[in-house]
This record gives sequence, C-alpha cells and structure tokens, in this order.
Amino acid sequence: MRAFTYERADSARDAAARAASTPGAKFIAGGTNLLDLMKLEIETPRHLIDVNGLGFDRIEKTGDGGLRIGALVRNTDLAADMRVRKDYGVLSRALLAGASGQLRNKATTAGNLLQRTRCPYFYDTNQPCNKRKPGSGCAAIGGYSRQLAVIGSSESCIATHPSDMAVALRALDATVETVNAAGQARAIPIADFHRLPGDTPHIETALAPGEFITGVTLPKPIGGRHYYEKVRDRASYAFALVSVAAVIHKDGTGRVALGGVAHKPWRVEAAETAMPEGARAVSARLLAGARPTHDNAFKVPLAERALAAVMMQARTA
Amino acid sequence: MKFDTPAGANPIDRTAVVGRPHDRIDGPLKTTGTAPYAYEHHAEVRNPACGYILGSAIGKGRIGAMDLAEAKTAPGVLAIVTAQDAGKLGKGKFNTAKLLGGPDIDHYHQAIAVVVAETFEQARAAAALIRVDYIRAKGRFDLAEELKTAPLTGNSNGGAPPKEARVGDFEQAFAAAPVTLDATYTTPDQSHMMMEPFASLAAWHGDELTVWTSNQMIDWGRTDLAITLGIPKEKIRFLSPYVGGGFGGKLFLRADAVMAALGARAAKRPVKVAMPRPLMANNSTHRPATVQRIRIGATREGTITAIAHESGSGDLPGGRPETAVNQSKLLYAGANRLTAMRLAVLDLPEGNAMRAPGEAPGMMALEIAIDEMAERLGMDPIAFRVKNDTQVDPEKPERPFSERNLVRCLREGADRFGWARRDPRPGQVRDGRWLIGMGMAAAFRNSSLVPSGARVRLGRDGILVVETDMTDIGTGSYTIIGQTAAEMLGLPLNKVQVRLADSRFPVSAGSGGQFGAASSTSGVYAACLKLREAVAQRLGFNTTDAVFEGGTVKSGNRSADLADATRAGDLTGEDKVEPGDLEKKYQISTFGAHFVEVGVDAYTGVMRVRRMLAVCDAGRILNPKTARSQVIGAMTMGVGGALMEELAVDKRFGFFVNHDLASYEVPVHLDIPHQEVLFLDGTDDKASPMKAKGVGELGLCGVGAAVANAVYNATGVRVRDYPVTLEKHLDRLPGAA
Repeated sequence: MRAFTYERADSARDAAARAASTPGAKFIAGGTNLLDLMKLEIETPRHLIDVNGLGFDRIEKTGDGGLRIGALVRNTDLAADMRVRKDYGVLSRALLAGASGQLRNKATTAGNLLQRTRCPYFYDTNQPCNKRKPGSGCAAIGGYSRQLAVIGSSESCIATHPSDMAVALRALDATVETVNAAGQARAIPIADFHRLPGDTPHIETALAPGEFITGVTLPKPIGGRHYYEKVRDRASYAFALVSVAAVIHKDGTGRVALGGVAHKPWRVEAAETAMPEGARAVSARLLAGARPTHDNAFKVPLAERALAAVMMQARTA
Repeated sequence: MKFDTPAGANPIDRTAVVGRPHDRIDGPLKTTGTAPYAYEHHAEVRNPACGYILGSAIGKGRIGAMDLAEAKTAPGVLAIVTAQDAGKLGKGKFNTAKLLGGPDIDHYHQAIAVVVAETFEQARAAAALIRVDYIRAKGRFDLAEELKTAPLTGNSNGGAPPKEARVGDFEQAFAAAPVTLDATYTTPDQSHMMMEPFASLAAWHGDELTVWTSNQMIDWGRTDLAITLGIPKEKIRFLSPYVGGGFGGKLFLRADAVMAALGARAAKRPVKVAMPRPLMANNSTHRPATVQRIRIGATREGTITAIAHESGSGDLPGGRPETAVNQSKLLYAGANRLTAMRLAVLDLPEGNAMRAPGEAPGMMALEIAIDEMAERLGMDPIAFRVKNDTQVDPEKPERPFSERNLVRCLREGADRFGWARRDPRPGQVRDGRWLIGMGMAAAFRNSSLVPSGARVRLGRDGILVVETDMTDIGTGSYTIIGQTAAEMLGLPLNKVQVRLADSRFPVSAGSGGQFGAASSTSGVYAACLKLREAVAQRLGFNTTDAVFEGGTVKSGNRSADLADATRAGDLTGEDKVEPGDLEKKYQISTFGAHFVEVGVDAYTGVMRVRRMLAVCDAGRILNPKTARSQVIGAMTMGVGGALMEELAVDKRFGFFVNHDLASYEVPVHLDIPHQEVLFLDGTDDKASPMKAKGVGELGLCGVGAAVANAVYNATGVRVRDYPVTLEKHLDRLPGAA
C-alpha cells in the first residue's frame, strides 16, 4: 500500500470538487474492495476522500412511485428494506447472493456499482493487464479464463464485472444519479453506466473525473415475479459463473439481465420479445455474437439453462 | 521403550480418561483468542520489526539485476536481505527448492528478498519499490506433456533403480478377464490453504537464535533451519505451541522462518514475518497433480483377477512423486498385480505432502474405478468390495493385516446411511429440479508408529507436567496427551499440564502422516511408565503390580497417596517409544467407508452435498470428540477436493493463477449440511502401546470418490477429472424438463 492523504468530505459537491482537483484522489465508503486493491498496489490513490459522513443513507419514495436509494445505503439495509423486498425482489435476492454478511454490512450501493473485476490476472501485479496498466497487454487471453467474459469482450480485456446487485439494477432499469464538481446533477441510465472494455478497459464507467454518485433510483414497480439465479461452484461466498436476474409476468413476458458473462451487466432488450418462446430463443439473441474462450465456453449453454430454470419456476409458481 | 511385541493388557485399557470425549484443554485459550500464535508472541518479544517477503515475478529464469536503492530509503526500512548479501546458505534436507532464490529462480513467488521495517505496512510498501530485472528461461509447466517422456520412479530418491511392482502376470490375466475396466483419472494440484499463514518471529541473542513459528515438526524445522543458516542446531530454539492448521504445508521449514532469521540478523532486532495469502500457493508447497491409469479385470462373479494402477506426477528437479498407488497395493485382493509411478520434471512450485499424500489422490481415482467396475459387473459396489476383501497383504500374503474391519465399516455404514434405498440405475431419482444420487467409497490409509519421546514430572504441588516437542495443529494433541498422562498416573485430567512444541523438550513424532496421535501418546505412555517406576520405588512398592488410581498407588494390600511419593521432591520420567519390526510382520492400516448423498441441479449442473457419513476403523479412539472433529474436517476437505479445489496452472508463465482464497475455493458452511461419523469399537495391539492408530487422514481418503460416485448415480454422467465441476457434465445431463 502506498502512502496517501485522507480527508472527510463535507458535502457531495465538496467531495466532487476535491476529487476533481486533487491528483490521484479516490472516494472511499465501505472500502471492501478498494482497501484490498490498495494493499496489493493495484489501486494506488494518493488521496482518499471519505464520504461516509455525507448522509445519502436513506431509501425514499420518488414522486413517480419509484424508490431513491442513497449512495451510502449499505447492501444489508437495502436487501432488507420492506419496499425493496416487496416490489423489487430481484434486487434483494441479488444482494443477498453476493459477498458475506460482514461485507454487506459495510458495502454501499455506489461502491458496489464501482467494484472492480476479480480477474486473477488483474489481481497479480506481476502479470500484464490492460485494465491495471494500460497498454501492458492481457494475460487472461490465452490463460486461465474459466471465470471470465464470453461476450462484449475485446482484444484488450476479457474481464467480467463481479457485482450481483448491478445485474438486478440493470433488469430494473435503474438510474444512477451523480453530482459533479460544479454542483451539476446528472442522471445516467444503468445501461450506460458501465462500459465495455474496447481498447480502454481501464475506463470502466461513464463517470467523469470527480463525479460523485449520490444515489440510484428505481422506476415505479413493474410487478411480475422476481428471480435471481446465481450459478457457482460453492454454495455461498463466490462470484457468479453465470447469474440471471429476471422479472417474469404471468403472460410469460418479462426482462432478463445476465451477470458473470461480460464487462457489464448484460441485457439486450430486443431479446426479451422472445421470452414467451422460451429460454433457448431468448438466450440465442441475448448471447448472439458471444466469443467465449476454451475455458468458459460452457457459460453460453449454462446461461440458457439457468434462464430455463427461472422460466420453469415462473411457470409453475 | 521398544515396541516390538503386541501390546498386552496395560493401564490405558482402563479408559477412565483415555477414550472419553473430553473438551480440548486448550479450548478456552483458542475461543478467547488468548492462545498466542507465531505472529503474536508479544509477551516474549517486545516491539519486533516486521519483515515482508518479495516473491519472484517469473516462474523460471534468473535475476539480471536488482535495484534496492528506492526501497532502502523508504520510510521505516531497517534492512533488506537478498541472496547476494545473505551469506552462504544451505538447503534443508526436506526442501527441494531453495527458500531464498536468486540469482537463479526455481519457481514463481520463490522468495528473493525480505524487507524489514518498523511496521508491516512500511515493509510491504518498500518491497514494492524493489526493481528487479528478470531474464526468463523456458520452463516445463505442462504435466501431461512432460509425462510423455517421464521415467519410472520409486518412493524416494536413491537406492535401487525404480521399477514396476509386479505380482503374477498382470497383462495375461487382464487380457483373459471377461470383465475389464481401463480408465484414466486426473487429480489437480491442490493448495493446503490453512487458516493461519506461514509465520515466524525470530530473535537473536548473540549467536543463539529463538524462533517462534507455525510448524508441524519441531525437530525437522530446527534441523533444516540450522542447515540453511549454517549454524549448529544446538544454537536454535524452535517453538510452535499453537498452529492454525497445517495439512502438511507446515511439515517443513519454509521461507517465513528463514526470512525472519535473516531479517533479524541484518536488522539486529527481532523480526516477525507472516506470508501474505497471495504468496502462499506458489511460494510454498502443494499437493501435486496426478494422471492415473487404472486397469481392473474380474471374473463374471466379481472376483478381481488383475489390477494395475499407474500414476504420473511432476515436481522440481530432485523432487518426489505423489505416491498415488500406495493403497492399490493393499486394499483389494487379486492374484495378478501391477503398480508403477512416473515422475516428470516440472518448473512449477514445489510439490510435497498434503494431508494423506499418496492415498488422498490415489483413492480419488481407485474408488471411482471400483464403482465403475461394480457397475460393469452388475454388482452392488459394497458387495463387490466385500467380495474382494483381503486379510493379508496381497503382494506378500505371509503378512496379515494387524486388524482389518473394512467389511464391517461397509456394512454398518450401509445400514446407517440407508444404502438399500439407493437406485443402482443412475439418473432415476428426482426431487424437484434436483437429481439425487448416492455414492460410497472405501476409506484406507496406512498407519505407522514413529519414534516419539516425552518427559513427565510429578511435582510436589500434585501437578503432572508433560513435556514433548509434539505439536497440536488443531488436532487435539494437547488433550489426548493430557488424557494419556492422567490415565497412566491415575489422576484427573485437570491435574495434568501439557507443554508442547518446544525444541527444549524431547523430540516427538510431530504431526504428520496421521502418525502423530498414536506415536506421541505412546511416547508419553513410555515416559509415564518410567515415572511410575520412580514413584513405586520411592514408595517402596513393587513396580510391576502397582495400580495407579484415583490419586493413590496400590500394591498388594498396601496403598499410598501419590502425593506421598513427591514429598521428598519432584519425580521425573523420560523415555521414547521406538517401533520394532511389527510393521514388517504385519500390515498396519486404517479402514473406513464414506457415504454421500448429493443433489445435482438438472438445469445448471450445480452439485450440492446433502449428507455424509463416515465409518472409521482405526483402533482405539483416544478421544471421540477430537477424533470426530478430525474426521468431519477431513470430510469437508474431501468435498472441496471433489467439487471445487484446483490450482489452475498457467502453462505459459508457469504459475498457479488462482493464488488467493477468493479464487481458490474451499467449502463454506453452506456446502456442508450434515455429517455423521461412526467409530468401530476396537483396539489394535500391534499398532502402538496405546492400541491406537490415526484418523486424521483416513477421514479424507475416499471422500472425493464417494462424492463423484454419488454425482454419477444422480446423473449417469461419469466424470473422471477432478474437481467434478458443472461444465464437465452439463451437456450430458438427463433432460431438465
């Protein structure tokens, strides 16, 4: 871990301004990912801006019947919120499928969105990684890639985004709310928030330098049955090989987003028109153009099968 | 005492203390966090400096140049030691690779420097500032490739040229057999991943060195540290009173102890070193991967007529094979037999012992093969095993087993588990979206008695103190040693104080090879016999018929308080147990049966264990509570090996990629829903004076195959490559709908 300076921010705007004007600054909230990465010198911020005291820790109704989740609402609290459990079950289930109780107690909504890939080559600073050190190459391509992306990847990077929560938010059409150094607010649709790697895999989100997440809003409830199917080798405390966040209505229509397959939560709205036809039809469109590796080719049929499991549950519920 | 005749009736048979499920006597220290582990000897050493190990960034090659300038001037840095300035270092006799590399690099993450600083954080930060120019060399990283030309090997280096072990004419019998199996199984490299990392605290006083460490074998570690540092062994005090798990990874001297000693010498101050988790898998040792070919031929009635087991593994130059054919020499009858091992040279990190080396991966393969063979014969797998049971060493029929109750384990386990409810046709049982299967395997692991010494002292305060360099690696050594001493002197357990794992104490068996419990308690038994003689003599009693019971000593019509014996001063007994030739005359092994029920998600192929049962035949069980803990821990490890554990090899760069606990998965609580353990009543008078054997490794041997066989019974898809992960059967699962 490199030496760094530290301050507590007074307001969101102040935090954004300080972050924009201080070279090498990063926000810190729960620190469940950032601190690990700093110990390994994968992240080497020179300045940390602690945003834990800024509030943003409430879940409130929005004017149009949706919910606004403060950026600093802890994963545990969000998963347990009665409104979330009742109207956005996929979100609660996704949260509870991730990490451990201890980590969820610390991890925040914004921090969860911003967590970084668990690609093992990203984690080993002896290895080339375009995400960690732009231009150094990608050791994962041609290496051990069982856990890595099958779609939307590039010649530069085949990492996945590890969040469960973000996959549910993608299915729910959430919006990420931010404020910048000038105090201007912005709403970023979750679909545009995470980026594909392209040739700049180190740029992972649509956030501008210093831009501070204040919260996430959910549109008004869409009903339907909510599922989060997470496939992993062990029963708990493991990242998804494949996960399926789905909202399915009585008539078989609905929404699907996948985790564990791409650099961002993976959803193709056009594929959802095939939902009444079944998992194979949806999966064929959702994962059209997939380019898996030898190690992770199984994820393509696995995603279809996991979706089939969810659809079966919806039919027989 | 020489143990060269079967144990007769002895004071342990009373089982007033031994054989009882006593809580761990060190339990309160552990549960309150007050048992000092290697990194925590604050009371003995105030304000030690911290060392941080820098590991090699390449798998094979050499260091061209090392620039320490920036690191040396980093905040808090006291010293940096590399191979260039460490002085001449030897290599321990149990180490294959050097513990401080450079300029030549033998494997990835081999230590190349230790940075000593005031704080751990400063040492870590400074280590990252060391600039190293490497010259990569081509390494041999692909086991399957290297095995193509690998030579035959024996169990160890040196001696007669290695060859196949043969009985009868395997090839002819196999060719003639009406029912045969010829299948190849693979097991991956595995990491011990014990909770407590390698850690040591070293302090020099002049030319004398004290090392608090986390090690299973005090005398091995001390000896190899002396060899490595080039100093007399007598100058080193080596202590390891509490060990947070070892699983064979801590059998040997490792880099933490050497780096702490070198760092402390350079910094002229005590230094403690804990190995960071991401360094452990590649820096230290691992269980080597194997490729195992098994051929079995049988009559239509299920009598094995031919059995061959050939295993290949790899290791660094000068290394040893994974002896995965051990159990196939002994477990089943068969007139024509062949076992052989091949050893490839690899430039991956050092392969070495991990819990039940040999049998653990060997049983993973053999016990699937037996399941496959039973199916081909149309026999129940238990009936097939029973039919081919043997009471003698099949390679040397003049050697009987000392005790062998495998058949009882199989039958009692089957009853208890409800094996009769199993549908032998795979893929038949459904529970919603889950395919349900049952599987079983035999358990087998050899047992040995190794020399083990102890000293016991009865004080005027009525406390019996036991001293031996035996370790407790979470197994319960403190407790069973205390129970043994209490039994021998007729005292309650709370009158016994057990002191372990200090090189000032008599050399013991140490913890390894499941020989620790029986050997170390037998050493204590021997020392207690000496103490009983001293007590009897002082009391003027006849030693041979003196009975020690309830704090009194009785002989004939006479009786005296034990305390009377020490009025004139403490009494001490010291001795060691030494094995005779009983292990030559008899085959001494432990047996068991593992039963597993699994569910396999018909949609996703995900596998989850539903329940497990182990039945163990391991002689006298010294403490059913700690023994059960050993077995359920082993069963858990077996589930990990069956379903998830694999060090992924990057064959381009030559290293284990998933080198932390996020990516090297081991089971969590939710993976292990229900475990049951049964011990057969019994003693083995040829195994040890205690009539006890080991259980800690037996509990692992066979578990993996039982899980794999249960998965097969659920799905009808046979997977022969561990770990059994979902992609290996996903495309062949019975219809999900």
